[in-house]
Amino acid sequence: MALPLLDARELVKHYGNVEALRGASFTAHAGEVVALVGDNGAGKSTLVKCLSGVARPDSGTILLDGTPVVLDSPVAARALGIETVYQDLAVAPDLDPAANLFLGRELRRGGLLGKLGVLDKREMRRRAVASFHDLGVSLPDVDVPIGALSGGQRQSVAVARSVVWASRLVFMDEPTAALGVVQRERVLDVIRRVRDQGMAVVLISHNMPEVLAVADRVEVLRLGRRVARFDAATTTVEELVGAMTGALSQEDA
Amino acid sequence: MTPRTGLRRRLVGANTLWIAVVLLVLIAVFGALRPDAVLTAFTLQTTLVETSVLLVLSVGMTYVIITAGIDLSVGSVLVFSGVTSAMTMNALHDGNATTAGWGVVLVGLLVALASGAAWGLVNGLLIARTGIPPLIVTLGSFGAALGAGQLISNGSNVAGVPDVLSDTLGTGTWFGVPNLVLLAAAVTAVGALVLGTTAFGRHTYAIGSNEEAARRAGIPVTRHLVRVYLLAGVLAGLAGFMALAYFRVASITGHDTDNLNAIAAVVLGGTSLFGGAGSVVGTVLGVFIPAVLRKGFVIVGVNVYWQPIAVALVLVAAVWLDQSRRRARDKR
Ligand SMILES: Nc1ncnc2c1ncn2[C@@H]1O[C@H](COP(=O)(O)OP(=O)(O)OP(=O)(O)O)[C@@H](O)[C@H]1O
Ligand SMILES: [Mg+2]
Repeated sequence: MALPLLDARELVKHYGNVEALRGASFTAHAGEVVALVGDNGAGKSTLVKCLSGVARPDSGTILLDGTPVVLDSPVAARALGIETVYQDLAVAPDLDPAANLFLGRELRRGGLLGKLGVLDKREMRRRAVASFHDLGVSLPDVDVPIGALSGGQRQSVAVARSVVWASRLVFMDEPTAALGVVQRERVLDVIRRVRDQGMAVVLISHNMPEVLAVADRVEVLRLGRRVARFDAATTTVEELVGAMTGALSQEDA
Repeated sequence: MTPRTGLRRRLVGANTLWIAVVLLVLIAVFGALRPDAVLTAFTLQTTLVETSVLLVLSVGMTYVIITAGIDLSVGSVLVFSGVTSAMTMNALHDGNATTAGWGVVLVGLLVALASGAAWGLVNGLLIARTGIPPLIVTLGSFGAALGAGQLISNGSNVAGVPDVLSDTLGTGTWFGVPNLVLLAAAVTAVGALVLGTTAFGRHTYAIGSNEEAARRAGIPVTRHLVRVYLLAGVLAGLAGFMALAYFRVASITGHDTDNLNAIAAVVLGGTSLFGGAGSVVGTVLGVFIPAVLRKGFVIVGVNVYWQPIAVALVLVAAVWLDQSRRRARDKR
Protein backbone atom coordinates (compact mmCIF):
# COMPACT_ATOMS: atom_id res chain seq x y z
CA MET A 1 0.00 0.00 0.00
CA ALA A 2 1.09 3.56 -0.70
CA LEU A 3 2.76 5.69 1.92
CA PRO A 4 0.06 7.08 4.22
CA LEU A 5 -0.62 10.79 3.99
CA LEU A 6 -0.85 11.01 7.75
CA ASP A 7 0.72 8.52 10.11
CA ALA A 8 0.47 9.27 13.82
CA ARG A 9 2.25 6.85 16.12
CA GLU A 10 1.95 6.21 19.82
CA LEU A 11 0.56 9.61 20.78
CA VAL A 12 0.26 10.28 24.50
CA LYS A 13 -1.62 13.22 25.92
CA HIS A 14 -2.31 13.98 29.57
CA TYR A 15 -4.70 16.55 30.96
CA GLY A 16 -3.59 16.72 34.57
CA ASN A 17 -4.32 13.25 35.88
CA VAL A 18 -6.51 12.30 32.95
CA GLU A 19 -4.72 10.26 30.30
CA ALA A 20 -6.74 11.22 27.23
CA LEU A 21 -4.42 9.43 24.78
CA ARG A 22 -2.41 6.38 25.81
CA GLY A 23 -0.26 5.63 22.81
CA ALA A 24 -2.89 6.24 20.17
CA SER A 25 -1.97 5.62 16.56
CA PHE A 26 -3.86 6.77 13.53
CA THR A 27 -3.45 6.50 9.77
CA ALA A 28 -5.08 8.30 6.87
CA HIS A 29 -4.40 7.93 3.16
CA ALA A 30 -4.93 10.45 0.44
CA GLY A 31 -8.21 9.96 -1.40
CA GLU A 32 -9.98 8.08 1.35
CA VAL A 33 -12.55 8.76 4.04
CA VAL A 34 -11.45 7.32 7.37
CA ALA A 35 -13.96 7.20 10.14
CA LEU A 36 -12.65 7.57 13.67
CA VAL A 37 -15.08 6.02 16.10
CA GLY A 38 -15.13 5.31 19.79
CA ASP A 39 -17.23 5.73 22.88
CA ASN A 40 -17.66 9.08 24.63
CA GLY A 41 -14.36 10.07 26.17
CA ALA A 42 -12.36 7.61 24.09
CA GLY A 43 -10.03 10.43 23.05
CA LYS A 44 -11.24 11.18 19.52
CA SER A 45 -11.42 14.94 19.93
CA THR A 46 -8.11 14.98 21.76
CA LEU A 47 -6.50 13.05 18.92
CA VAL A 48 -7.91 15.50 16.39
CA LYS A 49 -6.64 18.43 18.42
CA CYS A 50 -3.17 16.92 18.55
CA LEU A 51 -3.23 16.39 14.79
CA SER A 52 -4.47 19.89 13.98
CA GLY A 53 -2.04 21.79 16.14
CA VAL A 54 -4.46 22.87 18.88
CA ALA A 55 -3.00 20.57 21.54
CA ARG A 56 0.53 19.26 21.73
CA PRO A 57 0.98 15.58 22.44
CA ASP A 58 3.28 14.73 25.37
CA SER A 59 5.00 12.11 23.23
CA GLY A 60 4.66 10.26 19.97
CA THR A 61 5.46 11.05 16.36
CA ILE A 62 3.43 12.48 13.52
CA LEU A 63 4.49 11.75 9.96
CA LEU A 64 3.08 13.61 7.01
CA ASP A 65 3.95 11.92 3.71
CA GLY A 66 6.56 10.00 5.66
CA THR A 67 8.26 13.10 7.03
CA PRO A 68 8.12 13.89 10.75
CA VAL A 69 6.27 17.15 11.38
CA VAL A 70 5.78 19.30 14.46
CA LEU A 71 2.27 20.71 14.69
CA ASP A 72 2.81 23.28 17.39
CA SER A 73 0.01 25.62 16.34
CA PRO A 74 -3.15 25.56 14.24
CA VAL A 75 -1.32 27.82 11.81
CA ALA A 76 1.39 25.20 11.34
CA ALA A 77 -1.22 22.55 10.57
CA ARG A 78 -3.06 24.81 8.20
CA ALA A 79 0.16 25.65 6.39
CA LEU A 80 0.45 21.91 5.68
CA GLY A 81 -3.03 21.84 4.13
CA ILE A 82 -4.79 20.43 7.18
CA GLU A 83 -8.19 21.89 8.12
CA THR A 84 -10.48 20.98 10.98
CA VAL A 85 -14.13 21.16 11.93
CA TYR A 86 -13.94 21.21 15.70
CA GLN A 87 -16.56 19.57 17.85
CA ASP A 88 -17.22 22.97 19.46
CA LEU A 89 -17.14 24.49 15.96
CA ALA A 90 -14.74 27.33 16.90
CA VAL A 91 -16.73 30.01 15.15
CA ALA A 92 -17.12 33.63 16.22
CA PRO A 93 -20.85 33.95 16.96
CA ASP A 94 -20.92 37.73 16.56
CA LEU A 95 -19.47 37.69 13.05
CA ASP A 96 -21.40 36.86 9.90
CA PRO A 97 -20.87 33.64 7.92
CA ALA A 98 -18.53 35.26 5.41
CA ALA A 99 -16.36 36.73 8.17
CA ASN A 100 -16.19 33.30 9.80
CA LEU A 101 -15.32 31.62 6.53
CA PHE A 102 -12.39 34.03 6.10
CA LEU A 103 -11.47 34.23 9.79
CA GLY A 104 -7.71 34.70 10.07
CA ARG A 105 -7.39 34.76 6.26
CA GLU A 106 -9.20 37.95 5.43
CA LEU A 107 -8.88 39.29 1.92
CA ARG A 108 -7.44 42.78 1.65
CA ARG A 109 -8.21 45.44 -0.89
CA GLY A 110 -5.68 46.08 -3.61
CA GLY A 111 -3.12 48.86 -3.53
CA LEU A 112 -2.52 51.29 -0.71
CA LEU A 113 -5.76 50.52 1.13
CA GLY A 114 -4.82 46.87 1.27
CA LYS A 115 -1.43 47.74 2.69
CA LEU A 116 -3.25 49.68 5.40
CA GLY A 117 -5.16 46.53 6.20
CA VAL A 118 -8.47 47.50 4.67
CA LEU A 119 -10.63 44.45 4.03
CA ASP A 120 -12.31 43.58 0.78
CA LYS A 121 -15.63 42.73 2.40
CA ARG A 122 -17.57 42.61 -0.84
CA GLU A 123 -15.23 40.07 -2.42
CA MET A 124 -15.22 37.93 0.73
CA ARG A 125 -19.00 37.98 0.82
CA ARG A 126 -19.21 37.13 -2.86
CA ARG A 127 -16.84 34.19 -2.54
CA ALA A 128 -18.52 33.01 0.63
CA VAL A 129 -21.95 33.02 -1.01
CA ALA A 130 -20.49 31.13 -3.97
CA SER A 131 -18.88 28.55 -1.69
CA PHE A 132 -22.05 28.06 0.34
CA HIS A 133 -24.02 27.61 -2.86
CA ASP A 134 -21.43 25.21 -4.21
CA LEU A 135 -21.45 23.11 -1.04
CA GLY A 136 -25.22 23.10 -0.69
CA VAL A 137 -25.23 25.13 2.51
CA SER A 138 -28.51 27.01 2.57
CA LEU A 139 -28.60 30.03 4.83
CA PRO A 140 -31.63 32.27 5.21
CA ASP A 141 -29.46 35.35 5.43
CA VAL A 142 -25.71 35.72 5.00
CA ASP A 143 -25.61 39.11 6.70
CA VAL A 144 -26.56 38.11 10.23
CA PRO A 145 -24.16 37.09 13.00
CA ILE A 146 -23.61 33.37 12.85
CA GLY A 147 -24.84 33.10 16.44
CA ALA A 148 -28.30 33.97 15.18
CA LEU A 149 -28.33 30.93 12.89
CA SER A 150 -29.53 27.50 13.94
CA GLY A 151 -27.06 24.98 15.33
CA GLY A 152 -27.16 23.01 12.12
CA GLN A 153 -26.57 26.06 9.97
CA ARG A 154 -23.60 27.01 12.12
CA GLN A 155 -22.23 23.52 11.73
CA SER A 156 -22.65 23.72 7.96
CA VAL A 157 -20.68 26.95 7.89
CA ALA A 158 -17.88 25.34 9.90
CA VAL A 159 -17.82 22.40 7.48
CA ALA A 160 -17.74 24.77 4.52
CA ARG A 161 -14.86 26.68 6.06
CA SER A 162 -12.77 23.54 6.43
CA VAL A 163 -13.26 22.21 2.94
CA VAL A 164 -12.82 25.58 1.27
CA TRP A 165 -9.33 25.93 2.68
CA ALA A 166 -8.07 22.37 2.91
CA SER A 167 -5.63 21.06 0.36
CA ARG A 168 -4.62 17.70 1.83
CA LEU A 169 -6.57 16.64 4.89
CA VAL A 170 -9.79 17.54 6.63
CA PHE A 171 -10.71 16.51 10.16
CA MET A 172 -14.40 16.63 10.91
CA ASP A 173 -15.30 16.12 14.56
CA GLU A 174 -18.98 15.16 14.58
CA PRO A 175 -19.85 17.46 11.67
CA THR A 176 -23.35 16.09 11.32
CA ALA A 177 -24.35 15.95 14.99
CA ALA A 178 -26.79 18.86 14.80
CA LEU A 179 -27.94 18.36 11.23
CA GLY A 180 -31.31 17.42 9.85
CA VAL A 181 -31.70 14.71 7.24
CA VAL A 182 -31.23 16.96 4.23
CA GLN A 183 -28.24 18.88 5.53
CA ARG A 184 -26.65 15.66 6.73
CA GLU A 185 -26.83 14.17 3.26
CA ARG A 186 -25.31 17.32 1.86
CA VAL A 187 -22.39 17.14 4.26
CA LEU A 188 -21.84 13.49 3.41
CA ASP A 189 -21.89 14.46 -0.28
CA VAL A 190 -19.34 17.15 0.41
CA ILE A 191 -17.15 14.62 2.20
CA ARG A 192 -17.27 12.30 -0.82
CA ARG A 193 -16.48 15.16 -3.16
CA VAL A 194 -13.50 16.21 -1.09
CA ARG A 195 -12.26 12.65 -1.11
CA ASP A 196 -12.70 12.39 -4.86
CA GLN A 197 -10.50 15.46 -5.22
CA GLY A 198 -7.73 13.34 -3.67
CA MET A 199 -7.79 14.67 -0.12
CA ALA A 200 -8.10 12.59 3.00
CA VAL A 201 -11.16 13.12 5.16
CA VAL A 202 -11.26 12.00 8.78
CA LEU A 203 -14.84 11.72 9.98
CA ILE A 204 -15.75 11.38 13.62
CA SER A 205 -19.30 10.26 14.20
CA HIS A 206 -21.41 8.28 16.64
CA ASN A 207 -23.80 7.34 13.87
CA MET A 208 -22.62 3.89 12.74
CA PRO A 209 -24.85 3.55 9.65
CA GLU A 210 -23.59 6.95 8.54
CA VAL A 211 -20.02 5.83 9.14
CA LEU A 212 -20.44 2.69 7.08
CA ALA A 213 -22.22 4.61 4.34
CA VAL A 214 -19.51 7.17 3.73
CA ALA A 215 -16.22 5.81 5.05
CA ASP A 216 -13.72 3.66 3.18
CA ARG A 217 -12.01 2.56 6.37
CA VAL A 218 -12.80 2.74 10.06
CA GLU A 219 -10.38 3.07 12.95
CA VAL A 220 -11.62 2.45 16.46
CA LEU A 221 -10.34 4.28 19.51
CA ARG A 222 -10.93 2.94 23.00
CA LEU A 223 -9.54 4.38 26.22
CA GLY A 224 -7.00 6.47 24.34
CA ARG A 225 -5.67 3.68 22.11
CA ARG A 226 -6.45 2.37 18.65
CA VAL A 227 -7.96 -1.04 19.20
CA ALA A 228 -9.20 -2.03 15.76
CA ARG A 229 -9.16 -1.17 12.06
CA PHE A 230 -11.79 -2.20 9.55
CA ASP A 231 -12.52 -2.02 5.87
CA ALA A 232 -15.89 -0.32 5.76
CA ALA A 233 -17.11 -2.42 2.85
CA THR A 234 -16.74 -5.70 4.74
CA THR A 235 -17.62 -4.77 8.28
CA THR A 236 -20.82 -4.49 10.25
CA VAL A 237 -22.23 -2.21 12.91
CA GLU A 238 -21.96 -5.12 15.39
CA GLU A 239 -18.24 -5.46 14.79
CA LEU A 240 -17.72 -1.72 15.27
CA VAL A 241 -19.71 -1.66 18.48
CA GLY A 242 -17.84 -4.73 19.70
CA ALA A 243 -14.50 -2.99 19.15
CA MET A 244 -15.71 0.21 20.80
CA THR A 245 -16.88 -1.56 23.91
CA GLY A 246 -13.91 -3.88 24.18
CA ALA A 247 -15.80 -7.06 23.39
CA LEU A 248 -13.70 -7.48 20.27
CA SER A 249 -10.07 -6.61 19.77
CA GLN A 250 -7.50 -6.98 17.05
CA GLU A 251 -3.92 -7.95 17.74
CA ASP A 252 -2.29 -5.77 15.08
CA ALA A 253 -4.30 -2.59 15.50
CA MET B 1 -33.53 38.58 0.18
CA THR B 2 -32.63 41.97 -1.21
CA PRO B 3 -29.75 43.98 0.17
CA ARG B 4 -32.15 46.67 1.27
CA THR B 5 -34.18 44.52 3.63
CA GLY B 6 -30.90 43.17 4.97
CA LEU B 7 -29.70 46.67 5.64
CA ARG B 8 -32.97 47.72 7.23
CA ARG B 9 -33.02 44.70 9.48
CA ARG B 10 -29.45 45.36 10.49
CA LEU B 11 -30.26 48.98 11.29
CA VAL B 12 -33.32 48.15 13.34
CA GLY B 13 -31.46 45.35 15.08
CA ALA B 14 -28.50 47.55 15.85
CA ASN B 15 -28.27 49.12 19.27
CA THR B 16 -26.72 52.15 17.62
CA LEU B 17 -29.99 53.17 16.05
CA TRP B 18 -31.84 53.06 19.35
CA ILE B 19 -29.15 55.07 21.07
CA ALA B 20 -29.32 57.66 18.31
CA VAL B 21 -33.08 57.85 18.79
CA VAL B 22 -32.65 58.33 22.53
CA LEU B 23 -30.13 61.09 21.95
CA LEU B 24 -32.34 62.87 19.43
CA VAL B 25 -35.36 62.61 21.72
CA LEU B 26 -33.35 64.11 24.58
CA ILE B 27 -32.20 67.00 22.43
CA ALA B 28 -35.74 67.52 21.12
CA VAL B 29 -37.24 67.53 24.61
CA PHE B 30 -34.73 69.99 25.99
CA GLY B 31 -35.04 72.01 22.80
CA ALA B 32 -38.81 72.19 23.16
CA LEU B 33 -38.56 73.21 26.80
CA ARG B 34 -36.04 75.97 26.21
CA PRO B 35 -35.69 76.60 22.48
CA ASP B 36 -33.80 79.81 23.13
CA ALA B 37 -30.93 78.26 25.06
CA VAL B 38 -30.44 74.74 23.91
CA LEU B 39 -29.59 74.91 20.28
CA THR B 40 -27.42 77.97 20.32
CA ALA B 41 -23.94 77.65 18.96
CA PHE B 42 -22.44 78.39 22.35
CA THR B 43 -24.16 75.53 24.13
CA LEU B 44 -23.23 73.23 21.36
CA GLN B 45 -19.63 74.39 21.45
CA THR B 46 -19.09 74.07 25.19
CA THR B 47 -20.75 70.67 25.19
CA LEU B 48 -18.45 69.58 22.40
CA VAL B 49 -15.28 70.88 24.05
CA GLU B 50 -16.06 69.29 27.39
CA THR B 51 -16.77 66.04 25.65
CA SER B 52 -13.68 65.94 23.43
CA VAL B 53 -11.27 64.55 26.01
CA LEU B 54 -13.74 61.91 27.13
CA LEU B 55 -14.41 60.98 23.51
CA VAL B 56 -10.73 60.27 22.86
CA LEU B 57 -10.59 58.04 25.95
CA SER B 58 -13.78 56.31 24.88
CA VAL B 59 -12.54 55.46 21.40
CA GLY B 60 -9.73 53.41 22.94
CA MET B 61 -12.13 51.94 25.46
CA THR B 62 -14.39 50.80 22.63
CA TYR B 63 -11.65 48.58 21.22
CA VAL B 64 -10.85 47.21 24.66
CA ILE B 65 -14.46 46.37 25.49
CA ILE B 66 -15.02 44.77 22.09
CA THR B 67 -12.25 42.30 22.96
CA ALA B 68 -14.34 41.51 26.06
CA GLY B 69 -11.83 43.40 28.19
CA ILE B 70 -11.98 46.51 30.31
CA ASP B 71 -9.54 49.32 31.08
CA LEU B 72 -10.00 51.05 34.42
CA SER B 73 -6.68 52.85 34.16
CA VAL B 74 -7.42 55.41 31.43
CA GLY B 75 -8.18 58.34 33.78
CA SER B 76 -5.04 57.74 35.82
CA VAL B 77 -2.95 57.32 32.69
CA LEU B 78 -4.39 60.62 31.48
CA VAL B 79 -3.20 62.27 34.70
CA PHE B 80 0.20 60.60 34.57
CA SER B 81 0.75 61.59 30.95
CA GLY B 82 -0.31 65.17 31.60
CA VAL B 83 2.08 65.42 34.52
CA THR B 84 5.08 63.92 32.71
CA SER B 85 4.39 66.02 29.64
CA ALA B 86 4.02 69.29 31.56
CA MET B 87 7.05 68.62 33.71
CA THR B 88 9.18 67.73 30.71
CA MET B 89 8.16 70.92 28.94
CA ASN B 90 8.95 72.95 32.05
CA ALA B 91 12.30 71.25 32.45
CA LEU B 92 13.16 72.04 28.84
CA HIS B 93 12.41 75.72 29.40
CA ASP B 94 14.11 76.67 32.65
CA GLY B 95 11.35 75.45 34.89
CA ASN B 96 8.44 77.28 33.29
CA ALA B 97 7.30 76.54 29.78
CA THR B 98 4.69 79.28 29.50
CA THR B 99 6.71 81.14 26.90
CA ALA B 100 8.18 78.06 25.26
CA GLY B 101 7.93 77.47 21.53
CA TRP B 102 6.65 74.68 19.28
CA GLY B 103 9.74 72.53 19.66
CA VAL B 104 9.07 72.15 23.36
CA VAL B 105 5.38 71.54 22.71
CA LEU B 106 6.24 68.76 20.29
CA VAL B 107 8.50 67.09 22.85
CA GLY B 108 5.68 67.44 25.38
CA LEU B 109 3.27 65.72 23.01
CA LEU B 110 5.67 62.86 22.41
CA VAL B 111 6.24 62.45 26.15
CA ALA B 112 2.48 62.33 26.76
CA LEU B 113 1.98 59.71 24.04
CA ALA B 114 4.95 57.67 25.23
CA SER B 115 3.73 57.77 28.83
CA GLY B 116 0.33 56.53 27.75
CA ALA B 117 1.93 53.88 25.57
CA ALA B 118 4.06 52.63 28.45
CA TRP B 119 1.04 52.04 30.70
CA GLY B 120 -0.90 50.53 27.83
CA LEU B 121 1.97 48.16 27.14
CA VAL B 122 2.14 47.11 30.79
CA ASN B 123 -1.62 46.48 30.83
CA GLY B 124 -1.56 44.62 27.55
CA LEU B 125 1.40 42.39 28.35
CA LEU B 126 0.01 41.42 31.74
CA ILE B 127 -3.45 40.71 30.37
CA ALA B 128 -2.41 38.88 27.22
CA ARG B 129 0.56 36.96 28.60
CA THR B 130 -0.38 36.08 32.16
CA GLY B 131 -4.10 35.60 31.86
CA ILE B 132 -4.83 37.84 34.85
CA PRO B 133 -8.30 39.31 34.27
CA PRO B 134 -8.27 42.80 32.69
CA LEU B 135 -10.37 44.11 35.57
CA ILE B 136 -7.64 43.27 38.06
CA VAL B 137 -4.68 44.32 35.93
CA THR B 138 -6.15 47.70 35.11
CA LEU B 139 -7.42 48.20 38.65
CA GLY B 140 -3.78 47.87 39.58
CA SER B 141 -2.56 50.32 36.96
CA PHE B 142 -5.46 52.64 37.84
CA GLY B 143 -3.91 53.05 41.28
CA ALA B 144 -0.30 52.80 40.19
CA ALA B 145 -0.46 55.37 37.37
CA LEU B 146 -2.16 57.92 39.59
CA GLY B 147 0.29 57.24 42.40
CA ALA B 148 3.22 57.57 40.02
CA GLY B 149 1.85 60.85 38.70
CA GLN B 150 1.48 62.19 42.24
CA LEU B 151 4.97 61.03 43.17
CA ILE B 152 6.52 62.80 40.21
CA SER B 153 4.60 66.03 40.75
CA ASN B 154 4.78 65.90 44.53
CA GLY B 155 1.04 65.63 44.64
CA SER B 156 0.28 69.01 43.19
CA ASN B 157 -0.92 70.27 39.82
CA VAL B 158 1.72 71.17 37.28
CA ALA B 159 1.37 74.64 35.77
CA GLY B 160 3.50 76.35 33.15
CA VAL B 161 1.78 75.07 30.05
CA PRO B 162 3.09 76.84 26.91
CA ASP B 163 0.81 79.63 25.74
CA VAL B 164 1.29 78.62 22.12
CA LEU B 165 -0.25 75.28 23.00
CA SER B 166 -3.18 76.59 25.05
CA ASP B 167 -4.01 79.30 22.57
CA THR B 168 -4.10 76.93 19.62
CA LEU B 169 -5.07 73.41 20.59
CA GLY B 170 -6.58 74.44 23.91
CA THR B 171 -8.92 77.28 23.07
CA GLY B 172 -8.31 78.04 19.43
CA THR B 173 -10.91 77.51 16.76
CA TRP B 174 -10.93 76.81 13.05
CA PHE B 175 -13.87 78.30 11.18
CA GLY B 176 -15.68 78.52 14.49
CA VAL B 177 -15.03 74.91 15.48
CA PRO B 178 -12.80 74.43 18.52
CA ASN B 179 -9.49 72.79 17.60
CA LEU B 180 -9.90 70.38 20.48
CA VAL B 181 -13.12 69.16 18.92
CA LEU B 182 -11.45 68.82 15.53
CA LEU B 183 -8.69 66.71 17.01
CA ALA B 184 -11.16 64.49 18.85
CA ALA B 185 -13.24 64.17 15.69
CA ALA B 186 -10.18 63.17 13.68
CA VAL B 187 -9.18 60.55 16.25
CA THR B 188 -12.72 59.25 16.32
CA ALA B 189 -12.96 59.06 12.54
CA VAL B 190 -9.71 57.12 12.27
CA GLY B 191 -10.77 54.89 15.14
CA ALA B 192 -14.10 54.17 13.49
CA LEU B 193 -12.51 53.43 10.12
CA VAL B 194 -9.86 51.11 11.51
CA LEU B 195 -12.41 49.22 13.57
CA GLY B 196 -14.98 48.99 10.82
CA THR B 197 -12.92 48.33 7.73
CA THR B 198 -9.54 46.80 8.53
CA ALA B 199 -8.19 43.41 9.49
CA PHE B 200 -7.14 44.90 12.82
CA GLY B 201 -10.76 45.78 13.54
CA ARG B 202 -12.04 42.43 12.34
CA HIS B 203 -9.61 40.60 14.60
CA THR B 204 -10.67 42.77 17.53
CA TYR B 205 -14.25 41.63 17.07
CA ALA B 206 -13.22 38.01 16.54
CA ILE B 207 -11.19 37.86 19.75
CA GLY B 208 -14.03 39.33 21.76
CA SER B 209 -16.53 37.01 20.19
CA ASN B 210 -14.62 33.77 20.71
CA GLU B 211 -10.99 34.00 21.70
CA GLU B 212 -10.27 30.32 21.24
CA ALA B 213 -11.83 30.34 17.77
CA ALA B 214 -9.70 33.35 16.87
CA ARG B 215 -6.59 31.53 18.07
CA ARG B 216 -7.45 28.41 16.11
CA ALA B 217 -8.08 30.55 13.05
CA GLY B 218 -4.49 31.72 13.27
CA ILE B 219 -5.15 35.22 14.59
CA PRO B 220 -2.21 36.26 16.79
CA VAL B 221 -4.41 36.78 19.83
CA THR B 222 -1.71 37.66 22.35
CA ARG B 223 -0.08 40.23 20.11
CA HIS B 224 -3.41 41.70 19.15
CA LEU B 225 -4.55 42.15 22.74
CA VAL B 226 -1.28 43.89 23.60
CA ARG B 227 -1.85 46.27 20.71
CA VAL B 228 -5.41 47.02 21.76
CA TYR B 229 -4.38 47.99 25.30
CA LEU B 230 -1.45 49.88 23.84
CA LEU B 231 -3.90 51.83 21.70
CA ALA B 232 -6.07 52.63 24.73
CA GLY B 233 -2.97 53.82 26.58
CA VAL B 234 -1.73 56.03 23.74
CA LEU B 235 -5.16 57.60 23.41
CA ALA B 236 -5.24 58.22 27.17
CA GLY B 237 -1.86 59.93 26.77
CA LEU B 238 -3.25 62.08 23.98
CA ALA B 239 -6.29 62.89 26.11
CA GLY B 240 -3.94 63.97 28.89
CA PHE B 241 -2.19 66.30 26.48
CA MET B 242 -5.53 67.72 25.32
CA ALA B 243 -6.66 68.32 28.90
CA LEU B 244 -3.35 70.03 29.56
CA ALA B 245 -3.83 72.34 26.61
CA TYR B 246 -7.41 73.17 27.54
CA PHE B 247 -7.05 73.72 31.30
CA ARG B 248 -3.51 75.18 31.07
CA VAL B 249 -2.48 72.94 33.89
CA ALA B 250 -1.80 69.23 34.40
CA SER B 251 -4.23 68.51 37.17
CA ILE B 252 -3.94 65.60 39.53
CA THR B 253 -7.55 65.64 40.62
CA GLY B 254 -10.80 65.49 38.75
CA HIS B 255 -10.13 62.34 36.75
CA ASP B 256 -11.07 59.64 39.22
CA THR B 257 -14.22 58.77 37.32
CA ASP B 258 -12.98 59.27 33.77
CA ASN B 259 -12.65 55.50 33.44
CA LEU B 260 -16.25 54.94 34.48
CA ASN B 261 -17.49 57.74 32.25
CA ALA B 262 -15.68 56.22 29.30
CA ILE B 263 -17.01 52.75 30.04
CA ALA B 264 -20.52 54.16 30.43
CA ALA B 265 -20.22 55.97 27.11
CA VAL B 266 -19.04 52.85 25.31
CA VAL B 267 -21.75 50.67 26.79
CA LEU B 268 -24.45 53.29 26.24
CA GLY B 269 -23.30 53.33 22.64
CA GLY B 270 -24.30 49.72 22.20
CA THR B 271 -20.94 48.02 22.63
CA SER B 272 -21.36 44.75 24.46
CA LEU B 273 -19.51 44.16 27.72
CA PHE B 274 -19.42 40.51 26.65
CA GLY B 275 -17.28 41.48 23.67
CA GLY B 276 -17.61 40.83 19.97
CA ALA B 277 -20.04 43.62 19.15
CA GLY B 278 -20.00 47.40 19.15
CA SER B 279 -18.94 50.44 17.19
CA VAL B 280 -17.14 53.73 17.52
CA VAL B 281 -20.16 55.52 16.06
CA GLY B 282 -22.23 54.17 18.92
CA THR B 283 -19.59 55.38 21.37
CA VAL B 284 -19.87 58.91 19.98
CA LEU B 285 -23.58 58.85 20.71
CA GLY B 286 -22.90 57.29 24.10
CA VAL B 287 -20.48 60.08 25.01
CA PHE B 288 -23.07 62.72 24.20
CA ILE B 289 -25.99 61.28 26.14
CA PRO B 290 -24.58 62.12 29.62
CA ALA B 291 -23.25 65.42 28.29
CA VAL B 292 -26.61 66.41 26.80
CA LEU B 293 -28.40 65.36 29.98
CA ARG B 294 -26.11 67.49 32.09
CA LYS B 295 -26.41 70.54 29.84
CA GLY B 296 -30.11 70.01 29.46
CA PHE B 297 -30.74 69.78 33.19
CA VAL B 298 -28.79 72.97 33.74
CA ILE B 299 -30.68 74.80 31.04
CA VAL B 300 -34.17 73.76 32.06
CA GLY B 301 -33.35 74.22 35.74
CA VAL B 302 -33.51 70.62 36.93
CA ASN B 303 -31.17 69.92 39.82
CA VAL B 304 -27.97 68.62 38.15
CA TYR B 305 -27.65 65.89 40.72
CA TRP B 306 -30.35 64.11 38.78
CA GLN B 307 -27.92 63.70 35.88
CA PRO B 308 -25.90 60.74 37.20
CA ILE B 309 -29.11 59.05 38.24
CA ALA B 310 -30.59 59.50 34.79
CA VAL B 311 -27.38 58.23 33.17
CA ALA B 312 -27.37 55.22 35.47
CA LEU B 313 -30.91 54.32 34.48
CA VAL B 314 -30.13 54.52 30.78
CA LEU B 315 -26.94 52.54 31.31
CA VAL B 316 -28.60 49.70 33.17
CA ALA B 317 -31.36 49.61 30.59
CA ALA B 318 -28.80 49.42 27.78
CA VAL B 319 -26.93 46.52 29.35
CA TRP B 320 -30.15 44.72 30.19
CA LEU B 321 -31.27 45.06 26.59
CA ASP B 322 -27.97 43.70 25.30
CA GLN B 323 -28.07 40.82 27.73
CA SER B 324 -31.58 39.73 26.91
CA ARG B 325 -30.89 39.92 23.20
CA ARG B 326 -27.84 37.75 23.64
CA ARG B 327 -29.71 35.27 25.72
CA ALA B 328 -32.44 35.03 23.14
CA ARG B 329 -29.84 34.43 20.45
CA ASP B 330 -27.81 31.86 22.35
CA LYS B 331 -30.90 29.82 23.17
CA ARG B 332 -31.08 28.68 19.57
N1 LIG C 1 -9.12 20.18 28.07
C1 LIG C 1 -9.28 19.06 28.81
N2 LIG C 1 -8.98 19.09 30.13
C2 LIG C 1 -9.11 17.99 30.88
N3 LIG C 1 -9.53 16.80 30.43
C3 LIG C 1 -9.83 16.69 29.12
C4 LIG C 1 -9.72 17.83 28.26
N4 LIG C 1 -10.09 17.43 27.01
C5 LIG C 1 -10.41 16.14 27.11
N5 LIG C 1 -10.25 15.69 28.38
C6 LIG C 1 -10.50 14.32 28.82
O1 LIG C 1 -9.88 13.45 27.92
C7 LIG C 1 -10.72 12.34 27.65
C8 LIG C 1 -10.96 12.21 26.17
O2 LIG C 1 -11.77 13.31 25.77
P1 LIG C 1 -12.18 13.56 24.25
O3 LIG C 1 -12.89 14.84 24.20
O4 LIG C 1 -10.98 13.39 23.40
O5 LIG C 1 -13.20 12.36 23.98
P2 LIG C 1 -14.08 12.06 22.70
O6 LIG C 1 -13.70 10.71 22.23
O7 LIG C 1 -13.98 13.15 21.72
O8 LIG C 1 -15.54 12.02 23.32
P3 LIG C 1 -16.95 12.47 22.69
O9 LIG C 1 -17.42 11.38 21.84
O10 LIG C 1 -17.83 12.63 23.89
O11 LIG C 1 -16.74 13.75 21.97
C9 LIG C 1 -11.96 12.53 28.49
O12 LIG C 1 -11.81 11.75 29.67
C10 LIG C 1 -11.97 13.97 28.82
O13 LIG C 1 -12.55 14.20 30.07
MG1 LIG D 1 -15.25 14.55 21.01
